[in-house]
Amino acid sequence: MNLLSLTIKDASEKLKAGVFSCRELVVECFSNIKKHDKKINAFLTLNEEKAIKKAIEYDGLIKKNKDIFAEKPLLGIPVAFKDLFTTKDLRTTAGSKIIGGYTPPFDATVVKKLVDAGVIIIGKTNQDAWGHGSSGENTDYDATRNPYDLSRVPGGSSSGSGAAVSYGASLVGTGTDTGSSVRLPAGFCNLVGLKPTYGRVSRYGIIAMASSFDTIGHMTRTVYDNAKVLEVTAGVDPYDGTTVPVKVDQYTKTLGQSIKGLKIGLPKEYFVKGLDGKVDSSIKNSLKVLEKLGATVHEVSLPHTDYAMAAYYILVPSEVSSNLSRYDGVRYGLTREVFGAEAKRRIMLGSYTLSSGYYDAYYLKAAKVRTLIKKDFEDAFKTVDVLVVPTSPSLPFKIGEKTNDPLKMYLSDIFLCPVNLAGIPALNVQSGFADGLPVGMQIIGPQFSEQLLYKVAYLFEQETQYYKIRPEFKNG
Amino acid sequence: MDKKYTPIIGMEVHVELKTASKMFCSCKNDPFHASKPNIHTCPVCLGLPGALPVANKKAIEWTIKLGLALGCKINTLSKFDRKHYFYPDLPKGYQISQYDMPFCFGGKVKTSFGDIGITRVHLEEDTGKLIHQKVNGQNVSLIDFNRSGVPLVEIVSEPEIFSSAQAKEYAKKLRQIIRYLDISDADMEKGGMRLEANISLQKKGEKTLPNYKVELKNINSFRYLERGIEYEMKRQAEILDGGETPVQETRGYNAEKDATFTQRIKEEAADYRYFPEPDLPPIKISDEWLKEIKSDLPLSLDSVFKSWKEKHQLNSDLAELLFETASELLWLNRLFEETAKAKLPVDKLVNLLVHKKLKAELFKTEVDKIIELYKKETVISDISDDELKEVIGKVIKNNPNPVADFKKGKTTAVHFMIGQVMREIKRKIDFKRLEKLIISELSK
Repeated sequence: MNLLSLTIKDASEKLKAGVFSCRELVVECFSNIKKHDKKINAFLTLNEEKAIKKAIEYDGLIKKNKDIFAEKPLLGIPVAFKDLFTTKDLRTTAGSKIIGGYTPPFDATVVKKLVDAGVIIIGKTNQDAWGHGSSGENTDYDATRNPYDLSRVPGGSSSGSGAAVSYGASLVGTGTDTGSSVRLPAGFCNLVGLKPTYGRVSRYGIIAMASSFDTIGHMTRTVYDNAKVLEVTAGVDPYDGTTVPVKVDQYTKTLGQSIKGLKIGLPKEYFVKGLDGKVDSSIKNSLKVLEKLGATVHEVSLPHTDYAMAAYYILVPSEVSSNLSRYDGVRYGLTREVFGAEAKRRIMLGSYTLSSGYYDAYYLKAAKVRTLIKKDFEDAFKTVDVLVVPTSPSLPFKIGEKTNDPLKMYLSDIFLCPVNLAGIPALNVQSGFADGLPVGMQIIGPQFSEQLLYKVAYLFEQETQYYKIRPEFKNG
Repeated sequence: MDKKYTPIIGMEVHVELKTASKMFCSCKNDPFHASKPNIHTCPVCLGLPGALPVANKKAIEWTIKLGLALGCKINTLSKFDRKHYFYPDLPKGYQISQYDMPFCFGGKVKTSFGDIGITRVHLEEDTGKLIHQKVNGQNVSLIDFNRSGVPLVEIVSEPEIFSSAQAKEYAKKLRQIIRYLDISDADMEKGGMRLEANISLQKKGEKTLPNYKVELKNINSFRYLERGIEYEMKRQAEILDGGETPVQETRGYNAEKDATFTQRIKEEAADYRYFPEPDLPPIKISDEWLKEIKSDLPLSLDSVFKSWKEKHQLNSDLAELLFETASELLWLNRLFEETAKAKLPVDKLVNLLVHKKLKAELFKTEVDKIIELYKKETVISDISDDELKEVIGKVIKNNPNPVADFKKGKTTAVHFMIGQVMREIKRKIDFKRLEKLIISELSK
């Protein structure tokens, strides 16, 4: 088996047919981890013993009952969980030192749903601590490297999950997307990454970064795989009052349907100075592919785009400062000076913007801007079905390139944050490669339009097949 | 009290609701009867990373019910907010409370000194409880999270209380209404109801509110509230007389010394960095929902007392000692109706019940049994002297020794004879009349 090019779809068929066993699949994941992870640093905690035990148990199940896949649609599929996902009896650090010794007594709803669907937990992945970052370098541990070029970042904050799926340590990497954190690593690691509609996937048990922005997504190699996982994770959760009772679609069922007549919007504010020419031309090429598939392209405007980053970096730190209050040194053993520099920066910013006397000028004003940004998107979707924009303004950047300039780092998310302000879904698919590095493209849709996003992405992927280009561990 | 000053008092009262489960999780809400610390806990009320709150609908309904009973207006759109401060008993580093959109606002409580405005009634979560004790010879602070996340209602009054007695009456009235609605035991000793009074003194004749206030906190009885306020009035008057302004601070009350003492000095208002709780969607209180809650609201206490006064000449001071919750009203109404039907005086019956002279178990004993008992205790039977004399004769015959005692001058023997006669005729007879008759018969 070649794990580097295996998909969930292949794996399920082969497990069913007995081409290989769950155990063999899991063992292969760990052998890849042993081969590459010293250099890549995708994992913080491995679950090898329990994973193999589970795989053997599932092999027994398959032997007894071939129909078990109907009951457990992801049976035997290896999953790497971002370390913000609370996993019962498995260390969960959020990429931080402060709770570096924390083993949760419960599973996040999404973890439970995936485990019930038959996945095997490979381990917990590295990340920017608490989700604060775009490169993976804000981890309190060693930074994760991009498997396509080890001198470059894999994108963050779900850096370890992106790298892990990319180099064949797992078939799924879960992530949280508060401002970029699933789409950016997906874009930098040649993966399909979903930022679902806010309220589509339960946040219960996911360590909170900014509660009104956090969405729970995942990265896979193909669109089909991605849709398959969302069929399991989406839905109302009685433990999360912000999940919305909208019917969960059979996302895989409509893949392959024509997109003839689809109206694609191109927001003019996104194609401006600062956008890398190679990224720009890659996206323009991809638009031609989409036109060939029957879509039409129209320029649209999102007039408040300029204010998005400012609003984001007021509202998010406000919520961050609140959510990190619980690590007060009383219960988890370590005091607050152990927080990393970025966490401290956001706690300071957020405490300031929520302080009386500043609240109206900052938090409240930013909340109003948020409403305007939301309206920008709503207005655009009155004339077009989806929007297409680059995922990142640049190619995957060098390790250390932006660490001394937080503002420069924040601007990596310039095309990603507005989507989180609006709460709408977006999907990263591969637009192509430039200089041997992946270029990501976002398809953005209105609330709960995940099915449409998958439909568009699937045809594009079938046409381009960039997912077949696997990493070569350059500059290792 | 010095006549130079008028006390200006506003109160904040916290009450734990007795819903089955906690405010934001499904843990049992029973902190006072838990067999061990930290057994009614889960990731949510322990504030574990990743846990999320989900609001308890019943607690919201009960808060609105209380608001309605206090004559409040109800916000059609409400929300929860986060109130930030660090304390070991607060596991999230913030308390989920309500800031600018409470469920209820603008109500009123009547006292014999005048009406007191209710600023707002809002809902929040209680904190854990710190226990300071020695473990293995070391002084440690332990945390019990059984109370963490218990629904807590806060009732804030306007600064319209002008004496310690009025403050006490207000607090008592609040507790009466809360118990009547059956939404809390409001047990002050256990901490199920907590009183806070903000006290300052205003010079007589002045119109503006004083520029300071002293918070009297952690008061666990009505009497201590009254005493604490009185002490504060004296203390503050002395400071003001000396030309100074009392320090803005939180004070406690020491019952043994009958004095208040400094707990915490607030240099400036604490900054709680309130902002809307993003984990809980705003709550719309629709007309239908409000109607449903209203339909579940019992008749107001005032109208209950009014109707009893009109129908049965029953005084509310007496009647209020008879019951606590609205669910007991139905039964009492039946008792009063039946009593009236039997042409017996309701107020006298209530008097005997309240003073335990009638040993009847309210709400457990049948109504007619209580009436029967009352009759036996109070109704004087129509019986002729001849009939009585006949019985007395029989008793005299059967009790030669007491009779002899009487003749020797031992008057207490008469009481024994009275008891014997009563026992024989099994009816209530006027005591004096019987005593007279027995003495005359014995003296024959």
